[in-house]
Order: sequence, then C-alpha cells, then structure tokens
Amino acid sequence: MRTDEAPKTLPASAPQGGAFGLGRPGAEHFLKVEALGKQYPGSTEPVFEGVNFQMARGEFVCIIGHSGCGKTTILNALAGLETASTGHVFMDGREVAGPGLERGVVFQGHALMPWLTVRKNIAFAVRSKWPDWTREQVQAQVEKYVALVGLSGAIDKKPSALSGGMKQRVGIARAFAIEPKMLLLDEPFGALDALTRGTIQDELLRICRATQQTVFMITHDVDEALLLADKILLMSNGPKARIAEIVVNTMPAARTRQGLHHEPQFYRLRNHLVDFLVQRAAQLSHGRADAVPLLVRPGLAGEPPTLSDEAPATVRAA
Amino acid sequence: MKPALPWWRTLRFKSALLSLLLLCLMLGVWHLATRPATAAVVTLTPEQLEYAKLMGKDPASLAGAAPAKAGFPTLTQMGSAVVHHFSAPFYDNGPNDKGLGLQLAYSLGRVGLGYLLAALVAIPLGFVIGMSPLVYRALDPFIQVLKPISPLAWMPLALYTIKDSTISGIFVIFICSVWPMLINTAFGVGAVRKEWLNVARTLEVPPLRRAFEVILPAAAPTILTGMRISMGIAWLVIVAAEMLVGGTGIGYFVWNEWNNLSLPNVILAILVIGIVGMLLDLLFAQAQKAVTYAD
Repeated sequence: MRTDEAPKTLPASAPQGGAFGLGRPGAEHFLKVEALGKQYPGSTEPVFEGVNFQMARGEFVCIIGHSGCGKTTILNALAGLETASTGHVFMDGREVAGPGLERGVVFQGHALMPWLTVRKNIAFAVRSKWPDWTREQVQAQVEKYVALVGLSGAIDKKPSALSGGMKQRVGIARAFAIEPKMLLLDEPFGALDALTRGTIQDELLRICRATQQTVFMITHDVDEALLLADKILLMSNGPKARIAEIVVNTMPAARTRQGLHHEPQFYRLRNHLVDFLVQRAAQLSHGRADAVPLLVRPGLAGEPPTLSDEAPATVRAA
Repeated sequence: MKPALPWWRTLRFKSALLSLLLLCLMLGVWHLATRPATAAVVTLTPEQLEYAKLMGKDPASLAGAAPAKAGFPTLTQMGSAVVHHFSAPFYDNGPNDKGLGLQLAYSLGRVGLGYLLAALVAIPLGFVIGMSPLVYRALDPFIQVLKPISPLAWMPLALYTIKDSTISGIFVIFICSVWPMLINTAFGVGAVRKEWLNVARTLEVPPLRRAFEVILPAAAPTILTGMRISMGIAWLVIVAAEMLVGGTGIGYFVWNEWNNLSLPNVILAILVIGIVGMLLDLLFAQAQKAVTYAD
C-alpha cells in the first residue's frame, strides 16, 4: 500500500525566491486537468467547461471564483468523488478514476465522525492506508500528526468537545496522516472566525513548507490565497465557467501573515484578484474566457494590461 | 456558578415527594372506596336467619363479609396476594397453578425469542433497504401494507400453519417487532451523512468495514429507537397473544385469574406487567444513551 513517495521533511532544501515551487525540472505535470466540464442533467448549459490547468509537485494552488462556478465540483473531480461530464484528470501519470488514498481531502465541514475521539478518527484513516500496521505503529503515526496541528492535549476528546477551529485542525491532521501525494482542501476555513482562521493558516503554511505537500485549495478569501498559494487560479462565473487566468504569486516564499501587507507586490496582486472578482469574472462567463488560461504576474514587467487600468472609476465605485 | 441547591430543594426530590403523595392519595381513595359498607349491613329477618342456618351458613359472616368478597378487592386483600405470590414466585402445581415469576419467565422468553428473530431479520434487511434505493422502492408497498396489520390478526393463520400455540405466540411477537426495527434501520442507514461516506470513499475503506465502522455507528441511535419501539409493542402484544393461545405466560395468568374471579391476582399481574415493561424500556433507553453521539 505504501507509496514510493519522497521523504516529507526537507525544509532545508526548500526552494527560495519568487517562483516558489515553480519550474523545477520534471515536475511540471504532476497534476494535469484537461478540458474538464460538468453539465448537470436537466440544465441547458454546463456549469463549467474547457477547464485546463497543470500543477507541479510541491506546489500550493488556490482556486478563487464566485459561488456556483463549480469550484467544489472541480475539487471533487480531482478527489474522484464526482465524475466530470467531459475531460480528464491525470495525477502522477495516471488518470484519476475514483477516490483514493493518494489524495487526501479536507472537507468543508470537517466531516469528523462524532462517535469517535480525535485519536480514533485519525487512526481510522491511518489504518485504512496501512491495514497491516501494528497498534503501536498506528498510534505513533496518529500522535505525530495530532502534535503537528498542536492538539496533543485534546487527543482523547470527542469532536463535540472541540471548537470549530480545533475540529478543522483534526480534519487537516487526518488528511496529512495518510501522507497523500496531494492534498485537496475545500474551503477549510470558511466557517471560522478571523482570529482562528489566521492561526490555522499559519499552521497549514508551516506544515506544507515542511512537508513539501502538493495542495489544491478552494477559498473565497483573497488574502488567504495570497498568503498560502504559489499560484492562484481565477475562475470566471458560470454557466460555462473557465479558469480565466493563473496568477503567479510573486511575493517571496518566506512571506508571513504579519508581514504580508508590507510586501511591495501585495497590493498589486490583491487589486488584480479583487478586480477580477468584482468585474471580469462576470464578463468572462458563458465561455468567453480562454480555454488555455493566461499565466500572469501582476505588477511585474510583461504583464498584460488589466481591466483596472482601463476602467478605474467603476472598480473604485465597487 | 450557582451554589448547589440543598437536597430538599432539588427538582428531583420535589418530584419524588409529589409522586409519593399521589401514590398515597390513590391508595387512600382505593381504601375508602373498598371499605366494607357497614352502614349497609342488611338486617336479616328471623326467617332468613333460620333459612341460613338450615343451609349450613354462618349468619354473622354472611352479613359482614359478603359485600367485600364480591366487590373490588381491598388493600388488605391486595397485600395478602402480593405476599402470597412474592413469597413463592416460581412454584409449579400443574398447568393452571404456576407462580407469577414462572409465568413472567415464559412471557419474557417468548418476547425475547420473537424479538431476537425480528432483529436478525429487520436490521440486515433494513441495511440493504437503506443502502439501495431500488430495494427500498421495491419493498415499500409490502411494508406499507403489512405494517398496519394488528399482530393478533395473524394469529389464526399462524395457528393453522404452525399448529403450535407457543411458536405461534413467538411468531406474533416477531411480526409485530419487525416493522419499527426495519423502518428505522432503513431510515437511519439511508440518512447517514454523505460527508462521512465520502471520507470512507477517499480512504478506500472496503464495504464491510464501511458498514460496521461508519454506517452502523452513524445509524445506531436511529436503529436503537426502532428497537425500543419494537420492544414496547412486543410487550403490549404478548399479553393479548397469551390470553388467546393460553397455556403459560403472564397474559394467560391474567385470563386464568379472571376466570377464577380472583381480582387481587388480576390487579397484581397488571402491575407486574407495567413494571416489567418499564424496566425493559429503561434498558433500551440506557442502550440508546450509550450509542448516541453529540454532533
């Protein structure tokens, strides 16, 4: 069962610089999504179609778009929980045909089993991945990942005794504990208050940097995407939604939540994302976005003109 | 935090006190209502006295004890019946004279067996129905028709085909316990939250493990509710079934004592049926508490 995955702890060799996780040779097409589309029965137009993008190993990618554009459906297709109407998903050279242990999922509403303690919830996942492990091996793995999210003190509590933030941490620990090749997060912090959200964002960032985890995450929070992601996929509105643009996060890889807004690139990137969401996302619906998304580096040389430069008045008004 | 109330001001104590008062009130009313009607003592004419003596009856007892004997039992009579039955609950003096405990054991045995068989059928079948919309739709009309049938209506058919009154009784218990368990299991299994199933799917959990480690614990509170309802119905039905088939059991005891015109025994049996039913329900309430999870 155990995959031939590279060791997870190599913080020393973590690449530095603006293009964190980008362009490493041989890793470009770890995940490849080709012409993905979904049409629900009874509707005349597909929710999204012609969705194309790639992810490299170790990359953290966030997807942003308005509700109803099909972000969760794309994530479920990557997880294998839902089948798309058209198109294919390839991971590590193989087509994704169903759910599997090489992809860990953190669900929107934590999805912990309320009749099990934190320890047993995570042990359930660990035993699924390594069915022939001894009890000691399972416990060691469980305790390691509970400690990683800082919940060692609550390991024998039931989820009902935990706060929302703690529950979501357990969900993250459960997904990490099976050491998946790729982690899929469906808006994991959506239901949390801002303070808790910040703490867990820091934790997730730390763990992902330490483990070189490949992550695909849905979010509605522009700042969250800028802190965590190496690349941000911008999705136009449905129907016939598409990935309209791929924004490269040009801030240094060692960025922190506290220092984020002092980065010279921060507001350029942020304005670009917000402009897209408030104006261009709707204009690009009905398949008006390019099928092959543009890779943009806002605020840097060679950047295509954005809409905010052309029509600043309307954007400011919004 | 509020300081703890002294024990005599707690709700628990106050309600217990009120219950006790109500009990005393009821017993008091009973006692007053069944008091020997001394005022209504019939004064017999000399001719009647003469006649009584000729018939070999004691005129004194005729006047005093007769109304009490024919009427509703007094508390004293009840007390002596309780003492009589509880001092030797398991005696067996032939078919029509068995101890209350023994009769109760027969009834509990029948209920237990019929109920167990029902659980063995209803819970696995409920699982299948809950997991498969096809099976659910296919079996639904049958369940809807069979469910409202009074279990006793099956009795003649059971007696004719099985030809054994004891097994027929067990069958009736089976048929009445099966529906609530079946429907609740199917509902509980069908309503298991999609996200838990998705967790199991992403972890590639094999079907049997998924059934026992995800679906069963998730549906357990609903299944237990069905089992509790079933047990309540089974205990209601066994008394009626045993009155019909006769032989042994607490229901037969009630019927037999009615034929003996021994009302203290009938009342005692009624109370025992109530208490045993309550204990059975309490047992299931405890089990229900054990599998219920806070979300």
